[in-house]
Amino acid sequence: MNTLWDFLSMSDANVRFVTIGSVLLAASSAVVGCFTVLRKRALVGDAVAHAVLPGVCLAFILTGEKNPLILLLGSFLTGWLSLIIIDLVTANSRIKEDTAIGLVLSVFFGIGILLLTSIQHSNNENQSGLDKFLFGSAAALVGQDLITFGAVAVLLLLSVLLLYKEFKLISFDLAYARTIGLPVRGLELLLTTLTVLAVVVGIQSVGVVLMSAMLITPAAAARFWTDRLGAMVVIAAAMSAFCGAAGAYVSFTAPAMPTGPWIVMLLSLLAIFSFILAPKKGLLARYLMQRRLRRQMTRENILKTLFHLGEAKGEYEHSYSKQQILERRRQPLLRMKNGLKVLRRQGLVQESHDGWALTSPGKKEAQRIVRLHRLWELYLTEYLQVASDHVHEDAESIEHVLTPELEKRLEELLDYPTSDPHHTTIPQQS
Amino acid sequence: MIQHVTNPVLEVHDLTVSYQRKPVLWDVDLTLPQQALVGIIGPNGAGKSTLIKAIMGLLPLNSGFVELFGKPLEEVRKRVSYVPQRESVDWDFPASALDVAMMGTYGQLGLFRRPGSREKKLAMEALEKVGMQDFANRQISQLSGGQQQRVFLSRALAQDADLYLMDEPFAGVDIATETAIIELLRLMRDNGKTVVVVHHDLQSAQDYFDWIILLNMRLVASGPTEETLTPPLLEKTYGGRLTELSRVSELLQKKQFPIRETKPTRK
Repeated sequence: MNTLWDFLSMSDANVRFVTIGSVLLAASSAVVGCFTVLRKRALVGDAVAHAVLPGVCLAFILTGEKNPLILLLGSFLTGWLSLIIIDLVTANSRIKEDTAIGLVLSVFFGIGILLLTSIQHSNNENQSGLDKFLFGSAAALVGQDLITFGAVAVLLLLSVLLLYKEFKLISFDLAYARTIGLPVRGLELLLTTLTVLAVVVGIQSVGVVLMSAMLITPAAAARFWTDRLGAMVVIAAAMSAFCGAAGAYVSFTAPAMPTGPWIVMLLSLLAIFSFILAPKKGLLARYLMQRRLRRQMTRENILKTLFHLGEAKGEYEHSYSKQQILERRRQPLLRMKNGLKVLRRQGLVQESHDGWALTSPGKKEAQRIVRLHRLWELYLTEYLQVASDHVHEDAESIEHVLTPELEKRLEELLDYPTSDPHHTTIPQQS
Repeated sequence: MIQHVTNPVLEVHDLTVSYQRKPVLWDVDLTLPQQALVGIIGPNGAGKSTLIKAIMGLLPLNSGFVELFGKPLEEVRKRVSYVPQRESVDWDFPASALDVAMMGTYGQLGLFRRPGSREKKLAMEALEKVGMQDFANRQISQLSGGQQQRVFLSRALAQDADLYLMDEPFAGVDIATETAIIELLRLMRDNGKTVVVVHHDLQSAQDYFDWIILLNMRLVASGPTEETLTPPLLEKTYGGRLTELSRVSELLQKKQFPIRETKPTRK
């Protein structure tokens, strides 16, 4: 607990730098990443991240020192160049965009590694730490560097804030944006530049290899929680900022732990968490909904079976054993038992010595389902010309979906029918 | 049968457009009258969408020019509104119907300025006109095809233009929606607007439009409906391609010839 307090109080200047730096970098790349993802250019971000390495090395070779501004400039130039080459190759050759991205990524990264290796063997004492660009080192975010990178991050956030509506439109509908006279080419260029900038500042803390995760993961995770762009951007930024701070905390408590990879790890965890637990769109929510539907279908089928049994006798509230129900309609015993229990709780069936019987509300509900089943059968034979011996299977599932509006519509369409294609009575609404 | 009008809302002059060096529209020359409901009719691949995209400046021209209200597009953008094909965007985008309708006001707003309550009101009114006010806050992917089409229309309406160019607004739309949309378009025409619609159903074209453009890689006809929707002209439009024209198009593409020796000059 003490370490957490030490961390939160930010009394150590180093901790302060690393934390603020990580939070800013993570949040700004997440914001820009939202637009990258929505414009379906996620892979491009990865290519840029790798293409930044030769720029860093070249800048170092030419100047012989590690001035953050110069390195930033160098990486910006090659990152940019890679994007232009991807566009040129796609526009002027038969190579498709994904192939072009793959090519550019590996060629640039290859050159970068080549330069890096030759620098490492050049005995220039300044070169130590240059390899940090490969895997990143947030711990290097101190003093002068932080001011440079912080300024870039703030610039990114400001641009998105100012041009939010324009970016939204060009991400959704580029052609329309052009027709209303927006300077689309300029905006696209700016958005691309912002992506490159985000990558350039981000590689300081996470390195070229992991950088694309900082752009893409928060956006992908945030999309699960909302259907609005504004909220998506805010959620992505908040998630990223939190992970940035948490990453800094991890490396504060255990100095052997690298900050950047931890940020990415935590972000990925959050993304997996969103993927599974998000309301409505998450895996779990979808599974639960499926299960609820399956159970509802089981219950409706039980009611229907009891109704069918009663129909043969002309006596609907008679009791039947589980065995008798199963004879009439085969279904998993356990599922049926659970279904019966719920139905009893809902007051639709009652249990006695002789077994299970419909109550009067239960009979009404059963009638409704049988009615829908038979209406649908009739509709299929009359409007789709389906043979009457083929309609049952279809109606078995459709009966559970039909809404009261559709029921009314079907009745009108079929002129308030009283019997189905098999000449059995369609029970009327009571 | 190509009928020209004086004081046209839209003039397309000697327009040739190509995709990847293959001409898809040859020397189209037409004018459209004011206050009309215009249908662009032709078989698949006839260049119907290409024509309106070229008019909206979305495609480079190989020759010719387009003038709206007697001026180049740049000067009159605010008076022209474009409705793209529904499939041209990803409807899974995180936005509501109201968000999309609001985009119609962005042109007026200009750069940097944020849409406020005035823009919201305009967008709501536009949604009401297409009967989508109850779905204003619905995520756009949860709307049916016909509803998405109506949202696109409301975005164009929010722009409050004088000339509307719509790419297949009836594609994938149920009959009730189609009737509602055509009623709306008629109302717009009666209020003095000109509406140009890419359409592929010949049967309804007869009663929907008062001016028809027949297209099949070249302009077959442009004029009032009763004079253009005639069996001989339809036969010319739908009776197969002009094989020589297609062959030349393919030749230009295969041999990478330039389509015109000089670039189009701006008038």
